Amino acid sequence: MSTAETRACRPADYRSDVKPVWCPGCGDHHILLSFTRAFAELGQPPEQIAVFSGIGCSSRIPAYTNCYGFHGVHGRSLALAAGLKVTRPDLTVVVASGDGDGYSIGGNHFLHACRRNLDLTYVVMDNRVYGMTKGQPSPTTEPDFDTALSPGGTGVSPFHPLVIALASGANFVARAFSGDLNGTTGILVDAIRHPGFSFVEILSPCVTFRPDEKEWKGKVHQAPVQATDDPGRAARRLMTDDGFNVGVLYRGSRRPYRPEFGHAGVDVGELEKEFAL
Amino acid sequence: MTDPAKGPAISGLADLFAIAYRIEIDAVERYRLLADQMEVHNNLELVDTFRDLARAEGLHAEEIRRLAGDIDVAAQSRRIGGWTSEQSPEEADLSAVHYMMTPWHALRMALAGEQRALAFFERIVASTEDARIKALAQEFVAEETEHVALVHRLLRRHPPPPATWADDPDPPVSQE
Repeated sequence: MSTAETRACRPADYRSDVKPVWCPGCGDHHILLSFTRAFAELGQPPEQIAVFSGIGCSSRIPAYTNCYGFHGVHGRSLALAAGLKVTRPDLTVVVASGDGDGYSIGGNHFLHACRRNLDLTYVVMDNRVYGMTKGQPSPTTEPDFDTALSPGGTGVSPFHPLVIALASGANFVARAFSGDLNGTTGILVDAIRHPGFSFVEILSPCVTFRPDEKEWKGKVHQAPVQATDDPGRAARRLMTDDGFNVGVLYRGSRRPYRPEFGHAGVDVGELEKEFAL
Repeated sequence: MTDPAKGPAISGLADLFAIAYRIEIDAVERYRLLADQMEVHNNLELVDTFRDLARAEGLHAEEIRRLAGDIDVAAQSRRIGGWTSEQSPEEADLSAVHYMMTPWHALRMALAGEQRALAFFERIVASTEDARIKALAQEFVAEETEHVALVHRLLRRHPPPPATWADDPDPPVSQE
């Protein structure tokens, strides 16, 4: 989180005039509300926040906020966000992605962003399907997801994002459910405040291509234990949970990575000359 | 005192006015969001329904502001904070909407909201030991009872749709 001065803002101050095109009933509508409520609770003015994204339904979110935003290329939101955070550490940087953009196309960036541990927050809105391109299986889709595009299911084990984040060095790991507005808002506030790379997976039902996910509302439950700072204990919990535990599951104490470019002798003017046409 | 898990704490009449105002304003904002969603998805009948509901809740909010007299209910509602463990009683459930829903569905959502608000104020009446808070909460119970009756009357004008209401001749799931 940035160290800039805070001021009283209402959630509506973080909303743009652009109307979301997500399907009515989509969990992403809830997540947008949680974003704006979290920003208001943090008291960070919109111009002190940057929201990055890649491609997909979830990645439309920067346009719906009044903060600085960058709707980037597929899977590269973390690379873009890292660039900003390194050069402008005073800003609060939040990155939004989906399970396809974040775990497949951007999978490699995910690993190294966790490892690098820059002070930013990565939110993956996971609906276990490629919604924007009409329902293909994603890395988190169940192996028996049987559709015309995946007859008989893929037969492939799903990706386990929280375990991978932990093993790769993320400093804060949490799971939330879009339908729990207050809970998700609280986790986002916690994640943004926590130093280092914070990873928040938000289960966000796709009502169009995964109507079965409407049942998630009855499946999610509060994690029965407090967050641990022991990665080994966190790994055991994450490996054995049912995928519907919500709450902060790991809270580490690794020092965030913060390169000091000022001491490396890099001159922006000199760099620009190299690219001048 | 109300159960803090069910809403902001109430320590005086100003708090109760502020909470009642906040309930209506939260409902206005939620109905406006839903109207926008329906506009994007070209369900124009529902745009009108949700905007009408937002307007009605706005009138309720203004009535509370008038009743509160010198109390700045907007500022007070910001001071006391929001609902921490559940949603604001009259906020319609964002996950319960569908791009082909009908006014009947919207009114059923509105009815559920008014019933939650009624139950909320009834809980205050039952739990407070402060005579002034109890008296004001009873007024809000009467008000919400009237709102419930109003939505029931509106529902008589909009009977339930046929079972095929969600059938889309051009569905988004093109592969099936």
